[in-house]
Amino acid sequence: MITVNINGESRQLPDALPVTTLIELLGLTGKRIALEFNGEILPRARYSSQLLSEGDKLEVVVAVGGG
Amino acid sequence: MNDILTIAGKSYHSRLLVGTGKYQDFAQTQAAIEASGAEIITIAIRRSNIGQNPNEPSLLEILPPSKYTLLPNTAGCYTAEDAVRTLRLARELLDGHSLVKLEVLGDPQSLYPNVIETLAAAKTLVAEGFQVMVYTSDDPIIARQLEDLGCVAIMPLASLIGSGMGILNPWNLQLIMERVQVPVIVDAGVGTASDAAIAMELGCAGVLMNTAIAAAAQPVLMAGAMKQAVEAGRSAYLAGRMPKKLYSASPSSPLAGIISSTRS
Repeated sequence: MITVNINGESRQLPDALPVTTLIELLGLTGKRIALEFNGEILPRARYSSQLLSEGDKLEVVVAVGGG
Repeated sequence: MNDILTIAGKSYHSRLLVGTGKYQDFAQTQAAIEASGAEIITIAIRRSNIGQNPNEPSLLEILPPSKYTLLPNTAGCYTAEDAVRTLRLARELLDGHSLVKLEVLGDPQSLYPNVIETLAAAKTLVAEGFQVMVYTSDDPIIARQLEDLGCVAIMPLASLIGSGMGILNPWNLQLIMERVQVPVIVDAGVGTASDAAIAMELGCAGVLMNTAIAAAAQPVLMAGAMKQAVEAGRSAYLAGRMPKKLYSASPSSPLAGIISSTRS
């Protein structure tokens, strides 16, 4: 098991999981999201190849109403 | 009349830009935006819920990027770094879309812009290829500096965000318009239709508002009123108002041919 931080919350995940699988686990598959991975933008094309490891920090964002 | 607003090389017919926050629900958001006739609408970027509510509807489903020019904003950011990170995420979210609204706030009570952080963020964003429409104070010197950095629209406040206090300093807005070549759009402070009309009569290129519509008792009705006010104010500006003439009244009807008075 590894611990990663997603949107400020700690999550336990099986080891060496690709980002695509994490997105599935979060119920966000097919949703319009953007992802910051350890402070850098992670382009959609890299979701399947990027593996998660201990201590990774992710921000997952969506568009919401705002002024 | 072919009166086009051009921002970063793209043409718009509507000079009213609206936000999408503070509405009761998505149906009201959609109806109000439709009634406003706005083509450019602001959105915010926020952390997604992570698995708690997987069937939550998405704002972009009711306001598709194919129909509107979405303007992701950095509302809620207090540093240049957070604003830049937010807009990088927005660009990824919107498939490379580069037109953005930068706002870096100074404190949560006034929501007054922190112009030092705003200038720093603008510099970075322009260097990274963003087209930056920037919310700022009504300081004409800062406005000019933001233009010099490459911002594509300068958006001074007319009064504090969400205050509905109207156009408090028309003189400063005029000083900004005299110094800046890119469109000057009043962003923040409009409370009702006459405020929007006044901004347009001053010669502003457009008005951006959210709370004035969303916090009205009937938002959809107010959205239509704002559309009309912006159009009327723009037409009045183009028409060129008559000069004000205190103590030199001039009757509208001819002086000749008045029937004779019976009392003489």
